[in-house]
Amino acid sequence: MDRALFPDGVERCSFGKFVLWMGFISAFFLFGLYAMLLIFAKGIVVTGLDNYFGFGLWITFDLAVIALGAGAFFTGFLKYILKIDQLKNIINLTVIVGFICYSGAMLVLTMDIGQPIRAWFGYWHPNVHSMLTEVIFCITCYCLVLVIEFVPLILEQKQLNKIPFLHHLAHNMHVNMALFAGIGAFLSTFHQGSLGGMYGVLIGRPYAFREGFFIWPWTFFLFVLSAVGCGPIFTVLCCTLMEKMTGRKLVDFKTKALMGKIAGTMLTVYIFFKILDTWAWANNYLPSVGMTFDQMFHGMIYGKWLMFSEIILCGLVPAIMLITPSIRNNPTMLYTAGILDCIGVSLNRYLFTVQSIAMPILPFDNWQFYAPNWAEWATSGMIVAYGILVMSLSYRYLPVFPQERGLNK
Amino acid sequence: MKAKEFNIKWGMVIDLDKCTGCGACMTACQVENNIAPMVDASNKLRTLSWMLVYELSNKKSGAEAEVAYLPRPCMQCGNPACVPVCPVIATDKNEEGGIVSQIYPRCIGCRYCMAACPYHARYFNWEDPIFPKGMEKALSPNTSARPRGVVEKCNFCHTRLMKAKDKARQDGGNPEALADGAYMPACAEICPTGAISFGDVKNKEHKVFELAQGKDAYRLLEKLGLNPQVYYVSKREWVRKLGDNYAATGKPGAAKKHS
Repeated sequence: MDRALFPDGVERCSFGKFVLWMGFISAFFLFGLYAMLLIFAKGIVVTGLDNYFGFGLWITFDLAVIALGAGAFFTGFLKYILKIDQLKNIINLTVIVGFICYSGAMLVLTMDIGQPIRAWFGYWHPNVHSMLTEVIFCITCYCLVLVIEFVPLILEQKQLNKIPFLHHLAHNMHVNMALFAGIGAFLSTFHQGSLGGMYGVLIGRPYAFREGFFIWPWTFFLFVLSAVGCGPIFTVLCCTLMEKMTGRKLVDFKTKALMGKIAGTMLTVYIFFKILDTWAWANNYLPSVGMTFDQMFHGMIYGKWLMFSEIILCGLVPAIMLITPSIRNNPTMLYTAGILDCIGVSLNRYLFTVQSIAMPILPFDNWQFYAPNWAEWATSGMIVAYGILVMSLSYRYLPVFPQERGLNK
Repeated sequence: MKAKEFNIKWGMVIDLDKCTGCGACMTACQVENNIAPMVDASNKLRTLSWMLVYELSNKKSGAEAEVAYLPRPCMQCGNPACVPVCPVIATDKNEEGGIVSQIYPRCIGCRYCMAACPYHARYFNWEDPIFPKGMEKALSPNTSARPRGVVEKCNFCHTRLMKAKDKARQDGGNPEALADGAYMPACAEICPTGAISFGDVKNKEHKVFELAQGKDAYRLLEKLGLNPQVYYVSKREWVRKLGDNYAATGKPGAAKKHS
């Protein structure tokens, strides 16, 4: 029925099957949309947040998807600036994943602030000393860059591309893409860092506070490194999931392994510094404020196992797996390492968000517990559903994978 | 991290040995600052308590058991954790006297300041304020009500400072050199045991000048380097020890301060 819209020479499932799939995902999307409208109408009182947990699932989700979406800027940087040509096989997918992650994160942020109508105040009354101001500026600007990177791909849709103006527009945008890749790399580096800086500057939260270099706490650099250490492999995981679901080969394994090597290299650098940072924090900073490493953890839900899982099981282990060619070149091992890597970085964002504020700083205070409620889960699920919808449409109608025809002959 | 210094430093000195935990300060604060009663206040992590009284215990039993009550307003830190993080300058420390301001019409409700404050002195308006019928007649005309979705906190009853300055001008005095007691927040005024003293901690003519320098005076979480303008006094060592974290050494004051 919609065959005329497919990219040249590829097969897609029947229209009926596609509609069923989109309907199934849309149900989750609509449920989340209902929660979102309820939040806009009644305020965030409908969530599980409170005065102790001003930050919760949403901020964790935002930080995690922004880190996982880092494949877009870093792969763009490697492809267009450092000219690693092999990455052209996966670059379109990194742009779409990045676009979904960033636009989704921005939508969550509008729900998360108490006065969404004042969201533009970040531009109007900027506090140049706040890491969050930098985040607001860079995320919105970078989201625009991602739109600019996504547009030519949409214009290359078979029917749209027949219109001469759109064809030339897409071509010219491609020609100048190195410029946008450069801007994207610059903006992304700063806001990924500022997201880490946001926590590192919290002098009143010993779990998160870090000293650093000039105005940037060490978390600034660690967040940049961890984002580029997981973003590329997250794109590979998305691609592989799509391959499993559609039964078609989309990207050759050599390219995936290269992405794994890139992520692994960055993850290794990250985890080296993360271990040093944690050591210095536990042995130098914490005693200076009268606290101990043991005090940072509590029971099972805030236990040390979380930090060890983050740094060792989901940090050091995947880093070794990804930088060892014999392990990386085995598909199962590559994907396992990728999953561990993404869990580790997401866990890092969770710990900085929730553990930092759950911990009692006043000696007569107690550990507090937080459980996200249905409204937070539903809206986060809405973003995931939104991502799947965009990705499904892109896969069906846009020439996302240049190798697809060749790989499926 | 350098604390912001002013010629005047409005400060509070709370004698924990005098505090009975009666909660009058909390009530006075709520009335003075037009804090609406909540329909359901069962979740104490969602109530608005600019002034909150904590109960401290020496964790001993029988005849040795002791409790103390610790009223906690905003510490008006010299080096506030909340001010530099606010993305829209909705909170600032730039007025003579050192009171940390909160600009409600500018606050976007991101709650980053709440995550930054280790004293939990900042509160979020989860719902619009609704005053029960008749209560609107008892509201203070000096304090604006805050809408849903913004953060608020104790400001040492800033409107009282404005009034005291106006009065000084009317009386031909100097509004920048108020006499001891000319400006008094509601909590300090109402405290039945006189546990809360208030004034300029830099002014020798103010009672708090001496109180803040007493050997039993201390501030909460001094090691973090936030430099609060609220001081506590207690002759009991176990109470003073609960003012900061000593887990690393076990000895009060033994750990080095970080820069």
